[in-house]
Amino acid sequence: MSDPNLIKTDKLSVEFNIGGSIFNKKTLKAVDGISIDIPKGSFFGVVGESGSGKTTLGRALLNAVPISSGHATYDDGEVQYDLAEINGPELKDYRKRAQLIFQDPYAALSPRMTVRDIIAEPLEVMGLTKTREETDARVREIAEKCRLNLEHLRRFPHAFSGGQRQRISIARALVSGPQFIVADESVAALDVSIQADILNLLKSIQEEMGLTFMFISHDLSVVAHTCDHVAVMYLGRIVESAPTRQLFENARHPYTKALFSAIPSLDPDDRGKAQKLEGEIPSPTNQPSGCKFHTRCPFVTDICKREEPPLETCEEGHAVSCHRWKELQLNDVA
Amino acid sequence: MTDITEIQENASRSQWWDVWDQFKSHRGALIGAGFFLIIVFGVTFGPWLWTIDPTYIDIRARNQGPSFAHPFGTDQLGRDTLARMIKGGQTSMSVGLVAMALALFLGTFIGVVAGFFKKLDGPLMRLTDLFLALPLLPLLLVMVMLFRDTLSSIFGPEMGIFVLMVTAIGITSWMPTARIVRGDVLAIKEREFVLAARSIGTSNQKMIMRHILPNVLSPIMVSATLGIANAIITESALSFLGLGFPPDFPTWGRLLFDSVDYLQQYPERVMWPGLAISFTVLAVNYVGDGLRDALDPRIRGR
Repeated sequence: MSDPNLIKTDKLSVEFNIGGSIFNKKTLKAVDGISIDIPKGSFFGVVGESGSGKTTLGRALLNAVPISSGHATYDDGEVQYDLAEINGPELKDYRKRAQLIFQDPYAALSPRMTVRDIIAEPLEVMGLTKTREETDARVREIAEKCRLNLEHLRRFPHAFSGGQRQRISIARALVSGPQFIVADESVAALDVSIQADILNLLKSIQEEMGLTFMFISHDLSVVAHTCDHVAVMYLGRIVESAPTRQLFENARHPYTKALFSAIPSLDPDDRGKAQKLEGEIPSPTNQPSGCKFHTRCPFVTDICKREEPPLETCEEGHAVSCHRWKELQLNDVA
Repeated sequence: MTDITEIQENASRSQWWDVWDQFKSHRGALIGAGFFLIIVFGVTFGPWLWTIDPTYIDIRARNQGPSFAHPFGTDQLGRDTLARMIKGGQTSMSVGLVAMALALFLGTFIGVVAGFFKKLDGPLMRLTDLFLALPLLPLLLVMVMLFRDTLSSIFGPEMGIFVLMVTAIGITSWMPTARIVRGDVLAIKEREFVLAARSIGTSNQKMIMRHILPNVLSPIMVSATLGIANAIITESALSFLGLGFPPDFPTWGRLLFDSVDYLQQYPERVMWPGLAISFTVLAVNYVGDGLRDALDPRIRGR
C-alpha cells in the first residue's frame, strides 16, 4: 500500500464550449480547479446545490467528460492511471475499475433487456467471463449481494419499483468488480424509506467489498447518514471539505452554514431559523469575481469581491475557502 | 432454489412465449395474421389447385360473370380472372415484401447512422430531404427507361423487371422510415442507459445493435407494415402507367387498371383485385400493430 488515496485530483477543471465566435470562445467552467483526495475504502460525499458541478466532477473522474486542465490520478495499489491522458487499453481497464450508479433508475435501464442481460452486459462487453455458465454464476452472485431475487433476473425493468431498479443499477455497476464507484444522486429519485434501504445496501456492500465511493448528493441528511468525508461545492469550486462529523458540528463556511440551517427539523417547537440565501446560484458562464459566493454571502466585505480566497486548512482534514472564516467563528462563539 | 441454467433456458423460452401470448390477445392482429397467411398460401399453392393457365385466351368465353367454370369471371380476352389473380398475387406480394424489406433496411440504416453519429446527421438528413423532394413518378420513369433493357438482359425479362421494380420502389420510399428512426435514436441516445453502456466501453456497433435498435423497433414495425401497402400500391400505379411489368403479365395493380375500362359494364371485375389489395394491406397493418405491442415489454402483460 503505497498511497492511502485512491483518487487524487490537482486543480482539475472541466470546461464546456458553448458557442461564441472563433475569437471570443464562450466556455462554461463546470468544474474549476478542484483538488481533492479520496482515501481508499472511504465513502466520500460531495454536496452542493443544482448547477454546482457535482455531477460533472463525478463524470470527469470516470472519464465520461473530458478533463480540460489539471490532473487526476487513480491508484489502487495494482495500477496507476493518469485520468487526463488515459486511453486505449488502459481506459478499458479503468472502466472495469471505476463505475457509475445513476440518479434516475427509470432511465438507466434499457426497457428491452431482461435484468439478467442488463447485469451481464459489462461482463460480456469487457470480456470478463468466457462462457455463459460463468456469466450466469457471476450475475447470480452479484444479484444475491444486491438482494435481488433470482426470479427477478428474467423479467424486464418495467416490472420493478424504483428501489428494485436502483438495486439492479447497483448490481450492474458492481458486476465488473470495480474499486471506485461514483453514485450520482443515487437515492434522490426514491422514497425516503427506500432511500434508507438503498443507502444501507451501498454501505454494506462498501464494507464487504472494500470499495471506495464518491457519493454525490444535494441532501445533507443522506450525506450525514453515509459519508465519512464531505466536500461542499459551489459554482465548480470546493468551499469546504471536512470529515462528516466535524463538518456537521463545526461548519466554517457561510455557505455550508446556510445549507445546514435549511435542513428541516423534526422538533415541532423549533421555529426554524433557516437562513435564507438571497437569489440564485450565479450563472457559470458569467462568474462573479473574487469569492464565488460573495453575491449571496451575508458577511461580504470588499476583499471578497476582489480576491479569490484560497482553500485553507483550519484543522486536521478540515479545509475551508473563505477570507473571513476566523472572525466569523469568533462571532459564532460570542 | 432452481438451478441457474434452468432459469436461463426458461427465460429465453418464456420471452418468446410472452410475445406470442400478447400477440394472441390482440384479436385484430390474429385475424390479420390468419388472413395474410391465407393469401400467401393461396398465391403460392394456388396454381396447383386452380390449374387454368392465366394466359390462356378463350375468346368465346370473354366477359363472363362468375360461374362454376370461372368463379371470378373472365376478362375481355376470355382469360380466367381467378387464375390471373393468383398469378398476379405472387408478383404483387413478392414485390411488396421485397421492396418493403429494402426500403426498411435503407431507412433504418440511414436513420440510425444519422441519429447516432452527429457529424453524419446533417448530410444524411439533407439527402433524405433531397429524395423526398424528388418527384417520384418522373424519377421512376427515368429509371425504367435507363435500366429496363440492361436488367432484362442480365436477369431475363421477368426477373429483370422485378429487380427494377423492387429497387425503384425501395430507394424511393425509405425516407419516412429514416426520419422517424432518426428522431427516436436521437431521443434514446440521451437516455442514461446508453451512457451506462458507454461507460463500460461498449463499441458503437454493439451499442446500436443491443441498445438502440431494440428500442426503435416500434416505429420500424409500423413503417414496415405501411411500407408493404405502399409498395403494392406503387407497383399498381407503375403497371398502370405501362412502366411496370409487361401488359400480358398479371399483377393486382395491372388487373385493377385493366378493368377500369370496363367499370360500367362489369364492375365486379374491379372488385376482385381491389379487395385483394385492400385486405392484404389491412391484414398487414393489423399484424404490424399486434407485433409492435407484443414486442414492447412495457405493454406486454397489460
